[in-house]
Amino acid sequence: MDFFEEMPSLGRRDLMNLRKGIDAGFRSFSRSYGEDLENFFDPLLQFLIFFEKLLIAAPWPIILLIIASLTWLGSRSWKIAAGSVICFILIGYLGMWEDTMSTVAMISVATLICISIGIPIGVLMSRSDRLQSIITPVLDVMQTIPSFVYLIPVVMLLGIGKVPGLLAVCIYALPPIVRLTNLGIRLVDKQVLEAADAFGSSYWQRLKDVQIPLALPNIFAGVNQTIMMALAMVVIASMIGVKGLGIPVLQAIANQYLALGLFNGLAIVALAIIFDRVTQAFGKRLQRHQVGGPNV
Amino acid sequence: MSDSEALIRIEHLYKIFGSRPQTKLSLVKQGISKQELLEEHHHVLGLSDINLEIPKGSLQVVMGLSGSGKSTLIRHINRLIEPTAGEIWVGSGDVLKMEKVQLREFRRHRTAMVFQRFALLPHRTVLENVSYGLNIQGIAKDEAYKRAERWIERVGLAGYEQHFPAKLSGGMQQRVGLARALATDADILLMDEAFSALDPLIRTDMQNILLDLQEELHRTIVFITHDLDEALKLGDQIAILRDGGMVQQGTAQQIVMKPADDYIMDFVRDINRARVLRIRGVMAREGLPENADGAIPEHISLEDALPRLASAGHEAVPVQNKQGQVVGSITVEAVIQAMIRPDHDNRN
Ligand SMILES: Nc1ncnc2c1ncn2[C@@H]1O[C@H](COP(=O)(O)OP(=O)(O)OP(=O)(O)O)[C@@H](O)[C@H]1O
Ligand SMILES: [Mg+2]
Repeated sequence: MDFFEEMPSLGRRDLMNLRKGIDAGFRSFSRSYGEDLENFFDPLLQFLIFFEKLLIAAPWPIILLIIASLTWLGSRSWKIAAGSVICFILIGYLGMWEDTMSTVAMISVATLICISIGIPIGVLMSRSDRLQSIITPVLDVMQTIPSFVYLIPVVMLLGIGKVPGLLAVCIYALPPIVRLTNLGIRLVDKQVLEAADAFGSSYWQRLKDVQIPLALPNIFAGVNQTIMMALAMVVIASMIGVKGLGIPVLQAIANQYLALGLFNGLAIVALAIIFDRVTQAFGKRLQRHQVGGPNV
Repeated sequence: MSDSEALIRIEHLYKIFGSRPQTKLSLVKQGISKQELLEEHHHVLGLSDINLEIPKGSLQVVMGLSGSGKSTLIRHINRLIEPTAGEIWVGSGDVLKMEKVQLREFRRHRTAMVFQRFALLPHRTVLENVSYGLNIQGIAKDEAYKRAERWIERVGLAGYEQHFPAKLSGGMQQRVGLARALATDADILLMDEAFSALDPLIRTDMQNILLDLQEELHRTIVFITHDLDEALKLGDQIAILRDGGMVQQGTAQQIVMKPADDYIMDFVRDINRARVLRIRGVMAREGLPENADGAIPEHISLEDALPRLASAGHEAVPVQNKQGQVVGSITVEAVIQAMIRPDHDNRN
């Protein structure tokens, strides 16, 4: 009856050895390749630092002007553009300008990375059901695993700093764009695809003239979600040395500074809302050719 | 027309859908029914022993009920579907021997297709849609737009160049589809139920546009329909499919006058012969009259021709085409003969 009373399990010593073995293996892997990886990511680091410095060093009125024009170009809405500018003025007035610029730099670079990796993966995935059945569970794991858990191997490999933080953000934020690119391409009207074939399209012509443009609204919904998820990682990423709005939040938690936490938290929310409204409005404009779409 | 050589030649074409079509080929060749193949062998008979020769410059209609294999047949001509067995020739080219790149060039320059549900690019304007085939061919944008504009005008859509398809009516969308196909200068036009989704009035319009264009362009057109009136109105030659097999081929005249079996008989029984048959299909093409005095146009219906023939008595009246050339002659007896509904005696 013992069998039913207690779940059979590895002995404590065996279990410890197993964990030790895995840790040791990974450590030796990181010892031999960590440096190479760091070198590999160095251009990325340089770019991120450059971009962050640029945003911080630029005179604030110029940044506000750029924000106003970008949000207006994206959304074609004066309301959204004005709202964004007011948010940034408030942020600056409350002393969070530099941290906000760091966060914006990080989010922008992370989003660019996710787009340039995620869209090609999504395209490949849409071509083959087998690839889809392999990648989907990987994406599921990436999205559901508690984000603290994959900070561990990233830190073991690359230490503490901007690059590991960026990597953690990208891993977390990548899945939606891959998923929605794949979905969008699979949903493209079969008859239009047949027309493309009938007129003699090559694979690339089909991809660039038909599949990507028709999937674009979905791809763009993916970009929007990716940005939102990247913002959600700001605080966690700051635990491993990413500068920005996350650091004051961490301080606030440690020292029970209510106002500090609140202000910085609200700044993150403001960024999220601005990014969300602008990208959504842009996504809607991509569908303007459809029946009932806006005539812009 | 019969003496001009075939541009498209389809020989012993078979298509079986399913997981192992080759293994079922011999059964199909032995004449297993579509029903039996499906129920006992879980394969679908798409096409069975199709032979078809389509002369250059003619309009070949393929007719049949839903599921009879019309779409499958037309998609073999540009090899959107691979056959299970058989041969497809276009001019002196063996379509089934073409490599990937050759096939692409063939589709770019020799064939163009018009679809039942239009299949336009929704994110592109009318102008961009019509120039789509030219883009694919690699023609520079300005040149492509210039050519596209001409065709947009030809199908009566001038002024709509910058509109998106979703904002146009069905009839206008199909004009875009037609212009897109014509713009590539392909000599073969494949039209799969191109007008079936349109309202009757618009449909008649589109048929007339097609006939007008064809009069001048002389493309080789394969036109699919399940509508007999449309088939009779458009087709120089009509082929009728049933359950993947070819049941009859011939001119409108031959199909209406001598239906090959009860299946076709059902199609043609209730049509108004006087209205659907045209002088072109009934006239004598030999021994052309010398002068065109009192000639009647070849495209009018028997109904419209009768009053003009009645005054001529028993004399043969010359028939002329739109350019005014005499292309045949017709008598009132021949017209009346054609209007008699066939019974079991005069079937072959
Ligand atoms: N990819 C496919 N797989 C299996 N069966 C198919 C496939 N395509 C067509 N068929 C079958 O082949 C037969 C002929 O189909 P096809 O689409 O050519 O008919 P159709 O004459 O064009 O009919 P419709 O008027 O409905 O368009 C049908 O029984 C259809 O179910
Ligand atoms: Mg069909």
